[in-house]
Amino acid sequence: MAAEGGWVWMYGVADDDLETFADGAAGVGGAPPRTITAAGLTAIVGDVGDREYGEAALRRNLEDLDWLAQTARAHHAVLEAVAERGPVVPMRLATLFSSDAGVTGTLQERADDFREALSLVSARNEWGVKAYAVKPADPAGESGHEVAGREGPATGPGAAYLQRRRAQLTASKDVRREALASARTVYAELSGFAVSSRFYPPQAPDLAGQQTPMVLNAAYLVADERAGEFTAAMADLTARHRFVQLTLTGPWPAYSFVSEGDGPGPR
Amino acid sequence: MTQGSLVPAESPGLSPGPISGPQPANLGDILERVLDKGIVIAGDIRVNLLDIELLTIKLRLVIASLDTASQVGINWWQADPWLSAEAANGSNSRELEEENRQLRSRVKALEARSRDGG
Repeated sequence: MAAEGGWVWMYGVADDDLETFADGAAGVGGAPPRTITAAGLTAIVGDVGDREYGEAALRRNLEDLDWLAQTARAHHAVLEAVAERGPVVPMRLATLFSSDAGVTGTLQERADDFREALSLVSARNEWGVKAYAVKPADPAGESGHEVAGREGPATGPGAAYLQRRRAQLTASKDVRREALASARTVYAELSGFAVSSRFYPPQAPDLAGQQTPMVLNAAYLVADERAGEFTAAMADLTARHRFVQLTLTGPWPAYSFVSEGDGPGPR
Repeated sequence: MTQGSLVPAESPGLSPGPISGPQPANLGDILERVLDKGIVIAGDIRVNLLDIELLTIKLRLVIASLDTASQVGINWWQADPWLSAEAANGSNSRELEEENRQLRSRVKALEARSRDGG
């Protein structure tokens, strides 16, 4: 039961045969996750204090990127742990109830939705695939110079510079086009191994920790029995496409495939 | 009963190969999922949902840099991937032609100047 003046943070919903949590690992706000069972479903919840997670505090804290990052990681860590034990339907961050009764009521009211979502994600996991355009190692510096010398009647240093620069620009646009073409191929080929797929917008280089532009940021819902094929296809695509660098994340709880109005899943 | 820690090891996954093994999730990966996705149900702090909508928009500006998108000429995840990409390629070639035209005239001007000088 939530302490006086506290809130119940809801992480997600699982089947009611989910094994209970045995240890005191930290959840959001440091409180160990616990479970509430109703309507044949188990909600994974945690108790959080009003001072940090009450309405006013939350509004303030959500604007604080450090707080948000820490909270998001804690929320995710719990869901990831649950997902290892069985299917789980993740709640969006900061789904809060004033008491256990509110959670129980929601499990009962939305039981059919939750069950439908659980069957969608059962024995499936989400995988994240990103592609970054690869900058070729100074493609035009050498060859561009030679071309300029052969081609033009102009031999002045200014003209040579401009022709070299033009070759560089052409090369970089070619690389960009090749990277986009590769991204489309990668996306399409991997879709063949997935139940469903979603696009995310490319991430800013700062956040992604990469210098080169991201040209693909996709999520796939993959049946566990095909996960091996999926990762093997990734390795194969990595070897075949030299204009993109591919990265794989996962397995994730199926965040990207349970939201409302976004394909199958609860309303 | 399983006794393990609630905090899992990084990307347990399948035996990662040297090339494409799962990478640790970055903050952007986590934020775009826990804020933008996941089931939305009306908890008891309802006003919070609106706050998160606004927050999500703000974060989009951080996570999805518009610079990055226009830099690589892509918007194809928004609509039909194939059609939009064609459009992007088309505009790239036009841009390139214009650039080439400007460079050619610049070359001419420089050649003329170097003849005059020499």
